Amino acid sequence: MRSDSTTLFVRLFHRERRPGDLVFAVAFMIVAASLLAMMPWQTIWAKRTDLYTQPRFWPAVSLGGMLFFAILHSVSSFVSPRIAGRWSEVWLWIRSLEYAGWFLVYVSLVPLLGYLLSTVFAAAALMLRAGYRDLRTIGTVALVAFGIVVLFKSVLQVNLPGGALYEFLPSTLRSFMLTYF
Amino acid sequence: METLLSGVVILARWDVLVALLFGSIGGVIIGAIPGVGAAVAIAILLPATFAFDPIVGLTALLGIYGSSMYGGAIPAILINTPGTAVNALTTYDGTPMTKRGESHRALSLAYSASFFGGIFSILCLMVLSPLLALIAPHFGAKEIFLAALLGIILVIIAHRGQVFAAGMLACLGIFLHTVGLEPVKYSQRYTFDQDWLTSGFDLIVVVLGLFAISQAFVLLLEPNETPHPSRVKGTLLAGFKELQSYKRIASVSASFGVLMGMIPGVGEFTAQFMSYAYAQKTSQSPEMFGKGAPEGLIASETANNAVPAAAMIPLLALGIPGEALTAMMLSVFYVHNVVPGPQLFQNDMDFVMAIYLAMLLLNILVVVFLLFSTNWLTRIMQIPTRALGVTVLLLSFVGVYSLRNSITDCAIAAAFGVFGVILKRLALPVVPIILGMVLGGIMEVKLRIAMSRVDTPLDFIDRPIAAMLFGVICLILGCQLFGGILRKRLVDPETG
Repeated sequence: MRSDSTTLFVRLFHRERRPGDLVFAVAFMIVAASLLAMMPWQTIWAKRTDLYTQPRFWPAVSLGGMLFFAILHSVSSFVSPRIAGRWSEVWLWIRSLEYAGWFLVYVSLVPLLGYLLSTVFAAAALMLRAGYRDLRTIGTVALVAFGIVVLFKSVLQVNLPGGALYEFLPSTLRSFMLTYF
Repeated sequence: METLLSGVVILARWDVLVALLFGSIGGVIIGAIPGVGAAVAIAILLPATFAFDPIVGLTALLGIYGSSMYGGAIPAILINTPGTAVNALTTYDGTPMTKRGESHRALSLAYSASFFGGIFSILCLMVLSPLLALIAPHFGAKEIFLAALLGIILVIIAHRGQVFAAGMLACLGIFLHTVGLEPVKYSQRYTFDQDWLTSGFDLIVVVLGLFAISQAFVLLLEPNETPHPSRVKGTLLAGFKELQSYKRIASVSASFGVLMGMIPGVGEFTAQFMSYAYAQKTSQSPEMFGKGAPEGLIASETANNAVPAAAMIPLLALGIPGEALTAMMLSVFYVHNVVPGPQLFQNDMDFVMAIYLAMLLLNILVVVFLLFSTNWLTRIMQIPTRALGVTVLLLSFVGVYSLRNSITDCAIAAAFGVFGVILKRLALPVVPIILGMVLGGIMEVKLRIAMSRVDTPLDFIDRPIAAMLFGVICLILGCQLFGGILRKRLVDPETG
């Protein structure tokens, strides 16, 4: 039978918990502890310098805080009721890396194809990947992509580079594309 | 009066007015689309505003900030899905009213309550400004450090049931700020000998990753949904007349909004829940709350719209952002070498007044726009979620890449996007990371300056404001620690 203090301890740390919570809590704690352990190599301790001006002071405070709260969070995760579906949730997190990859491919295409072409291409490709097969919907999003390019590059003149592909265009068209697309 | 006129002169420019119009209408549209929200929109547009004058950039962002909650009420009432997170409480009474066939009444009340809350808080600010201008110069390094520390503590304890998570994420934010070349000894901190880490993590890159890119990933990963709201029939003007029957609730809720907005780290949610609880307690029919009580809807919408203007107080007067959106706006100030804080109130009161006037104008613009466009906005809400995800991802690219044309920035933002997905799926708060980054930077600088003038620890609190702030911090921590234990004991009589 649990003692009063044990019951109070459990109640203090009790909270709502989602699938994957414990995995995140433990991973965060390990990262915080690892970063804290690296402190002697990743920061310096300056001689004849006050504690508060030490380059190591704020990393120590923040990583100490991270580890402290991560331990408490892990404990609270451990004593709170579990909802099934931990690893399917972790798999969903991993699946988000695919879209991060799509984003980076889009980013890499811009200096090559230019902002206009790569944006319209990325919009259409992502729509196909998201499961849309209907040409009208894909076309609408491609049109929205064109609108985004016009708004940010042509109207607001946001700082975005021209594509290497533009070098192959006739000079008048090239300067137009470099300025507006 | 002279300051007011100078403020009008600053605003009376075509580019400022276009920015205001763009921001306020854009904010309503963004707010009306569930899954986007003001934070995502501001994060995306932030770098684009750097090319403009501070007042132009700020009015556009303020427009989005102040008007998104108006738009967010529409899906909250019509399809039981809040457009922005702060409209969640509006669903409690808005949706039942729609089910009763009173959608036009619910929307009309939401618009009028939001308008009242917005105008009330701006007028409060205008009246309080001379007082703020007097108090702000008394904030030195010690006081600003303590106020920032208070902000961090409040943002942690404001996340009830998630205090430990909020604490570790706020500390992560402070840690992220420390990465890179430090400014005193010029040594590297946690750069792992990587050149790209020398300049540290850019706040905007992190913000875009955590808010915009993560939201795009979430929308793309989750099942596709297409909401189908019904058309709104009937006049939307009647709510302004009906609001007069609920003057007390509207005034008290707006006051809660102003008070909670002024305290860093607290914000809309606390203001809303306090207002809602007050409205229910004092109502003649409390049993109707959650079943379509107009008072509940008014309390929620008035309180959340009173917050944005009030949240500008700690930002403008002390340079301390109270939540993520004002933290983003701080970047606009810094980029244009406008340093918010006591000096701004002393030297550029006309600029401050212009910001207040812009907020006043945007409320009027938004209400006029909403009266004529609500049915059109219900069509925008029908965008399928995955198509929305693609659009948000394309827009996020502009935000990140236009900063420095750096692929590394995009990779960092994508990494924070994945991290943001995990946090969102676990229902863990993102805001403490951003506030940790901003307030951590302020605390590091101010503590260094303050400690150079301190001989004994007691010297740190030798001035009245510093002593008061220190007292408040101790009180809050004491209440949180012992109050929490007491509460848990009382809940279970066996342990008490």
